[in-house]
Amino acid sequence: MASYRLNIMICAGTGCVSNRAFQIREAFDKEIRKNSLEKEVLTVMTGCNGFCAAGPIVIVQPEGIFYQKLTVKDIPFLVEEHFLKGRPVKKFMYTPPKETEPIPKMNDISFFQKQVLIALRNKGIIDPEAIDDYIARDGYAALSKILSKMKPQDVIAEIKKSGLRGRGGGGFPTGLKWELARKAEGEQKYVICNADEGDPGAFMDRSIVEADPHTILEGMTIGAYAIGASKGFVYVRSEYPLAVERMHNAIAQSKEYGLLGDNILESGFNFDVDVIQGAGVFVCGEETSMIASIEGKIGEPKPRPPYPVEKGLWGSPTNINNVETWANVPAIILRGSDWFSKIGTKTSKGTKVFSVAGKIKDAGLVEVPMGLTLGEIIYDVAGGIHSDKKFKAVLIGGPSGGCLPADCLGLPVDYESLTKAGAMMGSGGLVVADEDNCMVEMARYFLNFTKDESCGKCTPCREGNAAMLDILTRITQGEGTMEDLDLLEDLAHAIKDTALCGLGNTAPNPVLTTLRYFRDEYIAHIKDKKCPAHECRQLNTYTIDEERCVSEGHGCDVCRRNCAYDAIMGEKGKAHRINQDKCAKCGVCYEVCKFAAVKVD
Amino acid sequence: MKDERLIEAIEKHSQIEGSLLNLLQEVQQKFNYLPKEALQEISDEMNIPLSRLYSIATFFKNFSLTPRGKHSIHVCMGTACQIWGGQKLVERVGELLNIKPGETTEDLSFTLDTINCPGTCGLAPVVMMDKEIHGKVTRDKVAALIKKYQG
Ligand SMILES: Cc1cc2nc3c(=O)[nH]c(=O)nc-3n(C[C@H](O)[C@H](O)[C@H](O)COP(=O)(O)O)c2cc1C
Repeated sequence: MASYRLNIMICAGTGCVSNRAFQIREAFDKEIRKNSLEKEVLTVMTGCNGFCAAGPIVIVQPEGIFYQKLTVKDIPFLVEEHFLKGRPVKKFMYTPPKETEPIPKMNDISFFQKQVLIALRNKGIIDPEAIDDYIARDGYAALSKILSKMKPQDVIAEIKKSGLRGRGGGGFPTGLKWELARKAEGEQKYVICNADEGDPGAFMDRSIVEADPHTILEGMTIGAYAIGASKGFVYVRSEYPLAVERMHNAIAQSKEYGLLGDNILESGFNFDVDVIQGAGVFVCGEETSMIASIEGKIGEPKPRPPYPVEKGLWGSPTNINNVETWANVPAIILRGSDWFSKIGTKTSKGTKVFSVAGKIKDAGLVEVPMGLTLGEIIYDVAGGIHSDKKFKAVLIGGPSGGCLPADCLGLPVDYESLTKAGAMMGSGGLVVADEDNCMVEMARYFLNFTKDESCGKCTPCREGNAAMLDILTRITQGEGTMEDLDLLEDLAHAIKDTALCGLGNTAPNPVLTTLRYFRDEYIAHIKDKKCPAHECRQLNTYTIDEERCVSEGHGCDVCRRNCAYDAIMGEKGKAHRINQDKCAKCGVCYEVCKFAAVKVD
Repeated sequence: MKDERLIEAIEKHSQIEGSLLNLLQEVQQKFNYLPKEALQEISDEMNIPLSRLYSIATFFKNFSLTPRGKHSIHVCMGTACQIWGGQKLVERVGELLNIKPGETTEDLSFTLDTINCPGTCGLAPVVMMDKEIHGKVTRDKVAALIKKYQG
């Protein structure tokens, strides 16, 4: 490989791509040609850098200079100043809130400082579409190690010793699962990578596939060797076209290099992988549903046992692991279980990747050691609450998880602590809510999601969740009663205990946690007919501060023109007023008023 | 239905075990819906009962049995977008196009759908116009987007 004076690493995760990362690259390449720098400067598209809030992101290596929020217009100046004259450009760097001096280097930015990268070890460093980049970073060295030096049983023993647990939500010990699959009777065995990422509000698995597809393939091949499988599937949701494309590309490349297919690295071991695209159904992330859908059936779950490791795809032993679980495997094999098990807590080893979003300053993707507290992730890594509003809750584990209040910010992230608090680790989605978000509405939102996604096979989930949703909807409209709260709790426990699969078993979690931690808000809706966060619009009253309307906004008339119900009286230059009889409480006037003259109560 | 695009797709996917879902996705993409004749052809060629194809086509959300609009608008209903007011955006698009989620405008120019998260939560609230993701969408921005796609 030719060496360049500067490597321009342009983030091409989905977030930055929608912020025009590819156009930025074109602009760089154009300027580089214009200044005859082709031999000195190389642009590379990488996987997700993680700091999505700052996108589009560009890192200039080897110095590690971090540029953010670039636009095509900025590029000529940047190329001239930095690449030609050697003067990194301050105005495109990241400046921490409340400070004035920018931080030039990525590794000095607090977002990156508490992170420990295992699953994401190659993010932003390699071109995910170039197998040589992966190999240059010790890629496929673990595969070569096991094929030449380790028996399948040794591989399983090593993974068991590492303490690795499933990152897809359940936290089942990975080595044990592999052992069960190895011992299960069957000529044909399968491995599956679960990249369905059903949690609507999470993007860890998307980012890992986009940033480093080869690590997943390598992990799967090692797993297949350990359990004796010859065929694998990567099941990716179709909402992730870029991940699908990169996975296809990685498979083709590793076949070409003899790292996948027949007689891998001349070892006599055969293993092949295909990609299956999910089709927009949440429950297909559940393992038995996923298997059914690969078999060409509708994706309904089956009762377990038998577990997939005994009787899975087409009745054969099948080992399913999550994307992140697979991504940890090559690192563990290469660096050893002792190294891995030193990271994390007593029961939860290694790191966990979280996607942090919602009302947070530095939304993005982070990988931290297990045992860091929720508060450390939210405040120290992700910069705290957006617009300095008040923190209200962190939603962890998506629709299967829970809404935890400020009191829980001291909780360490490990499987046991989060379950004890009524939530769950889930696959790693963290969404932060602030004082403007209503927790009853949040519970209603999640229930609406699970009701829509319930496959309808078992009654508790199909009927029970619909009944809970009815009650929650009533409460958000101010028509709830105090008895409803008991009924909700009874229903929640009944569904938890009797539903057929994990979707139903966990669907009541958001309701139970909001009832436990935010009961006051429920009571305010029921007794006072008020939504403290003003999010349940039916309970709001909108009025206009007429003085402010004239003094600040000069009667700008925008609210009247936007009101679909003819409920606002007034004309340009004069004070406006809302006719409460006509007002449908849609809240549009409140949103469009730029002068804070519309008040909500 | 003797359509070359269809025959090609059947040929490609019938080779691979477990690829029925991929085949239907490809057909949906090529025709913008799953025409009845196409399902019939797949049934005949691959020896799968039509009833089973129908159950799959109606179970998975990505499939449509009626023609969809020229452009699709997907408003994200994921958690982060919910937190940032995604619900209001769906209402807004519905108002602008006079349709509800799942419906297509009469002139077949737009289909409005909700989506459970394309995974760009850092840019919430998010709207997907065809395959392009737009972040930090506001009332005005979504109106401008629709205008742009209207041509
Ligand atoms: C409703 C439901 C949805 C699920 N969605 C996912 C998912 O999106 N990704 C995932 O890896 N596991 C998901 N799981 C868990 C899988 O069933 C399975 O436990 C997991 O893929 C095993 O991998 P692991 O041991 O590496 O975690 C889901 C489970 C349920 C009940």
